[in-house]
Amino acid sequence: MDLKELIVEKVKEKFGSALEEVTDFRDDLSLTIKKDQIVALGKFLKEDPDLEFIMCRDITAIDWATRKKRFTAVYHVYSFKLNYTLRLKANIDDDPPTIQTVTSVWRSADWYERETFDMYGIKFINHPDLRRMYMPEGFEYHPLRKDFPVLGIPGSLPLPKRAE
Amino acid sequence: MGLEAKLQQDGFITTTIDAVVAWARKSSVWPMPMGISCCAIEMIAAADPKYDIARFGSEVMRFTPRQCDLMIVAGTVTYKMAQVVRRIYDQMPEPKWVIAMGACTSSGGMYRSYSVVQGIDQFLPVDVYTAGCPPRPENLLNALMTIQEKIGKTKARDFQNRTLADLELAQN
Repeated sequence: MDLKELIVEKVKEKFGSALEEVTDFRDDLSLTIKKDQIVALGKFLKEDPDLEFIMCRDITAIDWATRKKRFTAVYHVYSFKLNYTLRLKANIDDDPPTIQTVTSVWRSADWYERETFDMYGIKFINHPDLRRMYMPEGFEYHPLRKDFPVLGIPGSLPLPKRAE
Repeated sequence: MGLEAKLQQDGFITTTIDAVVAWARKSSVWPMPMGISCCAIEMIAAADPKYDIARFGSEVMRFTPRQCDLMIVAGTVTYKMAQVVRRIYDQMPEPKWVIAMGACTSSGGMYRSYSVVQGIDQFLPVDVYTAGCPPRPENLLNALMTIQEKIGKTKARDFQNRTLADLELAQN
């Protein structure tokens, strides 16, 4: 059986209608799942003996700006056993955006989720240490959101005083 | 020629304290290498035997601000890093000078973005700006020579009207 078919079949069997969409664009398989199932899906993909997606390579997000479900969390996971990278997506519709953390599945998700929180303001529920990654503490905005101006918001980042 | 000939003639020379102090200062400018990004590589290159910053008495790159009188800010300064740069500058003893090395430090350079300070002169008193991305070592040496020229012109009274508060700020 084809590798992608195997993955899709297994996930479909386990999650049924929670699997919203399966796309295969340019040989990249991506699965869109309901956001409350993301931890369960991660755990399944990691622990299933035929799949073993034990490595979380990247977590990021997309800001669609005008869509009703404004944010999409994106996960890239890798299986050494299959030598295959799989993309997982979860659409987030609440405001402020929240999603369960996957740190209980992949420990490496810790800093990726912090980065995503810093840049998009997505709150990862139950994250062990959800602080900002790049921007200074106390900064109020999330720079990679579409409504954030490229040059920033004047006065939002303090500079040290210039001595005369 | 030179000092020896002078000493053989008369055994003494006359000058002013200001001239001697300025000459001593400008011939031993100790840089604080504030290497934040790629400009730092060129700054290091300026210290190697080919360009040899030691020719100008500035080979003593001190990694403690307490022993420095010239801060070479070499690299992109983000808002987050600006606090650090300023704190290190404040720890340097007076008198002190600043070189803004490269496009990023001088004006933000190609990083016209929310995270990068658009010119460190917004929070530091800059003496010499160096163009280039990154500037070649010769360019940094030229900036150093310009600083030396500037230091050579200083007089003791330039520092007399500093208030005690300024000096305390410098020591904190």
